[in-house]
Amino acid sequence: MDLFEYQGKQYFARFGIPISKGGVADTVDEAVAQAEAAGYPVVVKAQVKVGGRGKAGGVKVANDVDEVRLHAGNILGLDIKSHVVKRLWVEHASDIAKEYYASFTLDRSAKKHLGMLSAEGGVEIEEVAVTNPDAIAIIHVDPVDGLSLEAATEWVARAQLDEEAREQAAELLVKLYTCYTEGDCDLAEINPLILTPEGRVHALDAKVTLDDNAAYRHPEWEEFAGSDVEDERETRAKERGLNYIGLSGSVGIIANGAGLAMSTLDVVNQCGGTAANFLDIGGGANADVMAAALEVINSDPAVKSIFVNIFGGITRVDEVAKGVLEALDRVEISSPIVLRLDGTNAEAGREILAAHLSDRLVAEPTMLDAARRAVALAGGKS
Amino acid sequence: MSIFVDENTKVVVQGISPTSQGLYHGLRNRAYGTQVVAGTNPKRGGEEIEGIPVYATVAEAVQATGANASFISVPPKFAADAIVEAAAAGVPFVVCITEGIPAQDEALAYNRLVRDFPGTRLLGPNCPGIISPGKCNIGITSGDIAMPGGPVGIVSRSGTLTYQALHELSQQGVGQTTCVGIGGDPVPGTSFIDCLAAFEADPDTRAIMMIGEIGGSAEEEAAEFIASSVTKPVVSYVAGVTAPAGRKMGHAGAIISGSKGTAQAKMDALAEAGVTVAHNPTEAGEAMVDVVRNLG
Repeated sequence: MDLFEYQGKQYFARFGIPISKGGVADTVDEAVAQAEAAGYPVVVKAQVKVGGRGKAGGVKVANDVDEVRLHAGNILGLDIKSHVVKRLWVEHASDIAKEYYASFTLDRSAKKHLGMLSAEGGVEIEEVAVTNPDAIAIIHVDPVDGLSLEAATEWVARAQLDEEAREQAAELLVKLYTCYTEGDCDLAEINPLILTPEGRVHALDAKVTLDDNAAYRHPEWEEFAGSDVEDERETRAKERGLNYIGLSGSVGIIANGAGLAMSTLDVVNQCGGTAANFLDIGGGANADVMAAALEVINSDPAVKSIFVNIFGGITRVDEVAKGVLEALDRVEISSPIVLRLDGTNAEAGREILAAHLSDRLVAEPTMLDAARRAVALAGGKS
Repeated sequence: MSIFVDENTKVVVQGISPTSQGLYHGLRNRAYGTQVVAGTNPKRGGEEIEGIPVYATVAEAVQATGANASFISVPPKFAADAIVEAAAAGVPFVVCITEGIPAQDEALAYNRLVRDFPGTRLLGPNCPGIISPGKCNIGITSGDIAMPGGPVGIVSRSGTLTYQALHELSQQGVGQTTCVGIGGDPVPGTSFIDCLAAFEADPDTRAIMMIGEIGGSAEEEAAEFIASSVTKPVVSYVAGVTAPAGRKMGHAGAIISGSKGTAQAKMDALAEAGVTVAHNPTEAGEAMVDVVRNLG
């Protein structure tokens, strides 16, 4: 789960990472109240989960109440790359002497935590990574050891942060590491991490991705759960607990396992069709899950055929077959369904379905045959 | 021969109870012919469930039965501890199929094994397990889609595509030495390279099928290894050519991965390494049939 900047900053604050004084606002009046509380000048920042806010006019400095009203009014409702701004973060504007970059994430190759730190932070950091990779100091942290203050101190020196920033930065990085590990983040990133002319180091932005697998031990994440899904189909799928990604094609896809679901998209594409979605129903494909999956796909008017591709492992194919039939009893499906069922108890599954097959419910023996059929039923090559 | 497991593998099922997933899968594995010699459950030591003796700890189970492999399918919040318990008990091969373990727990457990228990190989988590057809099946693979006798070794990152690969080969009458599902989690205990090296060393494995998917750089690393260290023919399929572009994880993701991670980049790297790259699982199966035919 990606957090908004304001949520990320509040998450940082729990771990003692210094942030600017500020608060959220959903209206112009609230923005004014937050500005008065934070003290002028303030920065009014659009809260959207997309980069390039500044260039799109979503970040403005305001020196007095009139400017807050003007900027807040302009930014609320602003469309930034299809993300409409509904909320603002208003914080005291910091004077900036230096901009740094700091992050922790997992290095899958090294199988250790990876810290990246640069004295050349700011919006061009990805450019820096390409043109001057030596400007980014990396550190691999073994999760068994964690990050010590000594190691962090060596790291900030290696990154050549300014002398007066080093002690505070090292302490902050240890806190950021704690936030990343104990806070169960997939990513904890500060860009920019700033040094003020008065010599204080603090986080001016926050990019945090939480590990959904750890939600069970973070009841406090409830407040982040949310309203940021733009695609209506994805909202419906999410309500039903399905792993669904909306696409723009005409063949609805239901498969078990992310790999098989991706492969199903590939094969439909190779047969000249286009997928309307990615949908992985996972291991427990019972009638409820299948009904929910069919409902979500059925609600997409672009869908012309539905390809159900199941290879049973934990998922038993006879259960899937029963699920499909039960789902058809419950939901009126407007597109023909092509089934390809293999794996655990596949024979039993096919027998269950045999009596129910029609031109609206077709079974094919292989994945390729089923893909061709589904593409043909969707109107052929598109 | 086979890799990692064979007919002498003795399995302890961790977290066994009359209603557990572990019992369900353990019984299926036993029905396949796997030696399931013990179960563990801290509250049920001394009991017997479906003929499987239950011990309170893995250490006791190992001492009493000589178990040399463990099978973990406990819920995510218990899985990392279960992995470390098995390793600490000296179990040399641990299969964990549990899906949804927090990445932090996974990274910690992996690095504890590397440091404190280097004699233990972890397969998974979030994988379908391993099957050496006719000898041993640990995990959730349906035994009847596999075919004994080799000569193909399979390694796959994706669960259901692992079954698909087995199925495609068996349908064509091509057997397998061992099929390893390494799982798609961020920190897999066993990598493509571990399996490629083991298949290269196994005299009965004469060709290798490798199934990858988008994300990370494991396939690119495997390609480098194949180019330098694998003499046997390799056929590969990478899922996700048409998959929607994944979420970009801040700047950090872009800085680390660069152009790596896309299906096309992986396929290019594998082709460069001399691998036969197929565009769907069926094509991969057919390509492997050709390879096996030409082995003579």
